[in-house]
Amino acid sequence: MFAFCSDPANLDGLAWLSCYLTTSKHLQLYYAVGTVLLLLAITAPAALAFGFGGAMAARAHIAPVRWLGKAYIAVVRGVPDIAFFLFFVIALDQAFEWTRHQILCPDWDQPIRQGNDFVVCQAAKLPLGSAPQWVHETYGFTLAVLTFAIVFGAFAANVLFGAMRAVPRAQMETAEAYGMTRRQAFWRIMVPQMWVYALPGLGNLWMVLIKATPLLFLLGVEDIVYWARELGATANPRFTEYPHGDWRMWYFLGLMVFYLGFTRISEVVLERLMQRLTLGQATTGGEAQRKAA
Amino acid sequence: MKKLLLTTAALALSAGFAMADTVRLGTEGAYPPYNFINDKGEVDGFERELGDELCKRAELTCEWVTNDWDSIIPNLVSGNYDVIIAGMSITEERDQVIDFTQNYTLPDPSAYLAPSADVDVKSGVIAAQSGTIQASYVASSGATLVEYATPEESIAAVRNGEADAVLADRAFLLPVAEEDAGLELLEEMVMIGGGIGLGLRESDTELKGKLDAAIQSMKDDGSLNALIEKWEIGLTF
Repeated sequence: MFAFCSDPANLDGLAWLSCYLTTSKHLQLYYAVGTVLLLLAITAPAALAFGFGGAMAARAHIAPVRWLGKAYIAVVRGVPDIAFFLFFVIALDQAFEWTRHQILCPDWDQPIRQGNDFVVCQAAKLPLGSAPQWVHETYGFTLAVLTFAIVFGAFAANVLFGAMRAVPRAQMETAEAYGMTRRQAFWRIMVPQMWVYALPGLGNLWMVLIKATPLLFLLGVEDIVYWARELGATANPRFTEYPHGDWRMWYFLGLMVFYLGFTRISEVVLERLMQRLTLGQATTGGEAQRKAA
Repeated sequence: MKKLLLTTAALALSAGFAMADTVRLGTEGAYPPYNFINDKGEVDGFERELGDELCKRAELTCEWVTNDWDSIIPNLVSGNYDVIIAGMSITEERDQVIDFTQNYTLPDPSAYLAPSADVDVKSGVIAAQSGTIQASYVASSGATLVEYATPEESIAAVRNGEADAVLADRAFLLPVAEEDAGLELLEEMVMIGGGIGLGLRESDTELKGKLDAAIQSMKDDGSLNALIEKWEIGLTF
């Protein structure tokens, strides 16, 4: 990075540290921070969308839709995350490839399952075997977002389902008395009011999601915990220009500060949001705000 | 020099046209000197040089990918990469799930690394990386086995006293013992595994043939021995 870094063995103190912290390997750690933040930024709304869909399905009046919604919530909540990540993602990837295989290579004569192997024609590979590495990484990232969204969506669905039931029945009855249709009452009365009941549960989910990102490495996406472990590992002078002992403690301390800072900011934001949502609601919080005003 | 570079580039390109598909090499990147991530953040080590040379000889375009050791076989079988090149010993159990090329290292004795020479490896607490031949050896030897996900953690376990000794490939432990005055290699060694080979899907017979031929040609002209000596991997062919 810097010109004076050409011979790190002769450096010490701050100069050494500034060189050490700007090696290409460290840049990948900083890059991984961006990956994790991007993942959270995409996954959170996606999971909320899955949750909303799941909750709506679970309250549907058409029985099969309701069963589907309930089954989604029950099954996904019941399976351990790590099993879900190992099994589901590979299955999802194979499902995509199988579909492409059926469409793109109709005259393929060999079986797709050969013992343990999953073999599709080259054209059906996803991403294509000839694709550059970044395509593979983006694909892995997309699978990760989708899996996270499905897993956390199930929990969010349960939270939202409960929140919808927590909206006072009187509110809905009033809406009906005003002649609103079911759809109107749902969107105009229930949805705006349910958030205040859902927020504590959703806030918890967000906190768990922040910390769940190391699962990314199971999908081949290198996250911050992977790089902290890799960079903190004992660096033998034979294999690096920056030898050091077992520094994992310091790297994990850095991670701890990062995560604590991040969750603290989240808490502040969630608290503000709660204040905002409580405004004018028929809850004890809303009542307290009304009296204070 | 320039001409040489151009010829190689042209060769690489023409090879690229002939074989449109990239062969993806999966490694762990945490097991020096076999494979590790260097300061540039790239895969480096004995297997990096070996893999690049094999790809050149087999006229394949190759790309390096890192993957956790725990899920390295499932990800190969489901097609996320095409070859495992991660210091993986050829064993009966693994051979039932995947295929191996011929070995590119001779069986290397596994060694114990411990704080002092008077550790009883038959009854003590021995650390090993999970899913390795060393872990299954310790499990059947009567000693208490503690498993760790990465090689680094298995050594850290000995440093902080969680385990009495760690069992791993000698070539991996040697540089560690030389740099750390508090740790030494025990005299006792065990011969396990049938040497290291490339792991492939059982259905990939064509690729297996090409890589086998490339390994054979490196064995024949002595370049494999030169690499083994350079990275101090162990015995030469």
